[in-house]
Amino acid sequence: MNLSIEMMSILGAAIAVSFGAIGPALGEGRALAAAMDAIARQPESAGTISRTLFVGLAMIETMAIYCLVVALLLLYANPFVG
Amino acid sequence: MEANPLLPDILFQLGPVPISRPVVTTWGIVLLLVTVSWLGMRHARIHAGALQSILEIVVETIASQIQEIIQRDPWRYLPLLGSLFIFLVVANLSAIVPGMKPPTGHIETPAALAVIVFLSVHYLGIRTQGLVNYLRHYVRPSPFLLPLNVLSELTRIFSLMIRLFGNMMSHEFVIAIVAFLAGLLLPIPFMLLGILIGIIQAYIFTILAAVFIGAAIGSVAID
Repeated sequence: MNLSIEMMSILGAAIAVSFGAIGPALGEGRALAAAMDAIARQPESAGTISRTLFVGLAMIETMAIYCLVVALLLLYANPFVG
Repeated sequence: MEANPLLPDILFQLGPVPISRPVVTTWGIVLLLVTVSWLGMRHARIHAGALQSILEIVVETIASQIQEIIQRDPWRYLPLLGSLFIFLVVANLSAIVPGMKPPTGHIETPAALAVIVFLSVHYLGIRTQGLVNYLRHYVRPSPFLLPLNVLSELTRIFSLMIRLFGNMMSHEFVIAIVAFLAGLLLPIPFMLLGILIGIIQAYIFTILAAVFIGAAIGSVAID
């Protein structure tokens, strides 16, 4: 079986999204668990913790979204396809 | 299914300038916001009516949130950050009106907003700290970090843009795929999730802009 550029692009997009989702998912889970722990210990600082958590989650999530953008570039704006 | 999300979808030409659908939606949103604010504050009174009270509550809440982040008088930065937040909430939620698409789901709108944030961060930093003091923070803690500091300045704005665009656009995609598979009731929970995503992304965009401005004017350390 010989792979054309189109088939390789689709495979590349699938691999990018699937592997790119694993790391941020684990990281966000850890961050959320730590924030829960902190809020349970110190409920009065819940506001500050959740705001920092949101900003941090947004930073972590960026990695997954970069993978998504790479996948979309491969699918819709592939430089190697005519 | 959607067409290519990276190409603009052009509605009509205005002389040499092509006008795309997100631009027209943005004009509509701006008109709506201006009208609502004008109606609410036309006869501003001490004993406020319903609409004026709602607007005041919204503005005061945003001001107190911003004050907690930048640790300074928020009213100087409120015109930028507050209108950014309100515009983004309305723009992200415009998908719940049938037939409308959120303008933030195309790359032009997040790019324009990110450029506004980028320029105003430097402008406010130089205005507050003075040119020399502001430029000095690029060589802290050590001059070797100068390239990295300049690079992080660019990448954080790029990721601000890509984050908003990626979230809104991928959510549109999910809705389109689910509606393609089973059109009747299945998309509804995804649309409810879309409301949550829209508000959270508007919040995150504004908070990050506030954090960048706070770092530029030298009051917060998180970056």
